[in-house]
Amino acid sequence: MIQNIPLSYYLVISTLMFFIGIYGFLTRRNLITMLMSVELILNSVNINFVAFNRYLYPQQLEGHFFTLIVVAVAAAESAVAIAIIINIYRNFKSVDVENVDEMKY
Amino acid sequence: MLNQVMFFLFGAMIVIFSLLTVTSRKVLRAAVFLLFVLISTAGLYFALSYNFLAAVQLTVYAGGIVVLIIFSILLTSQVSEKAVMAPVKQSLLSALSVGAGAILTLMTIFKFAFVPNPGTDPQYNITDVGTALVSYKRDGYALPFEVISVLLLAAMIGAIVVAKKESIKK
Repeated sequence: MIQNIPLSYYLVISTLMFFIGIYGFLTRRNLITMLMSVELILNSVNINFVAFNRYLYPQQLEGHFFTLIVVAVAAAESAVAIAIIINIYRNFKSVDVENVDEMKY
Repeated sequence: MLNQVMFFLFGAMIVIFSLLTVTSRKVLRAAVFLLFVLISTAGLYFALSYNFLAAVQLTVYAGGIVVLIIFSILLTSQVSEKAVMAPVKQSLLSALSVGAGAILTLMTIFKFAFVPNPGTDPQYNITDVGTALVSYKRDGYALPFEVISVLLLAAMIGAIVVAKKESIKK
């Protein structure tokens, strides 16, 4: 079901998503929204893997399994990050990076 | 024809809702926009006929991670309060550098002619995926599978230890 859609279009979508995620990571000041930007970046990389696998090597499943593993790593990463953020909130009563500027509390 | 319509629909949804995710002032609303982005990505995976991957995307990302993020938003901030953004100068500079990077990457992409492999849709089913995940022969993924299970166990224990309350011993 990929007739008439060039591979470049998928790459354009994932490029835009990647750089939008970087923009969010640079401008957001809230730790949770920064985490959401990281999820956007990871997701755009997944689209790249899957599109390359489907278009260039449709007989194999390397990109498919790489994406599966990236999804699992993203789940582990967001679970640990949210645990750290909740701990920060408990100590600083804030999740803004401006207020969290010392490692010792 | 229909697949083109679906592709452009999902692509436009991904770009628009990604922009809304990083610019929305309300944090909870940004999380819901992120959910739309992830669901549209699952739609793209369906269009590429990787059905298992699309199901994993829907359950783990859209079902698990977004719910986790929404829970943590509700635990750490007032829903009504507006998110603080970077100062205007920093936003402009970030947009400038990000736009330059995007244009550079897009130019590189369009300069390179990708020759698609003229194959039919991949003929695989869930059994093949499961067999490959636990196979240690050629095209088997037993080692990454084991590594990822150890990583998930470590992340689970680490998250519990980090987030649990201090004991009242002292």
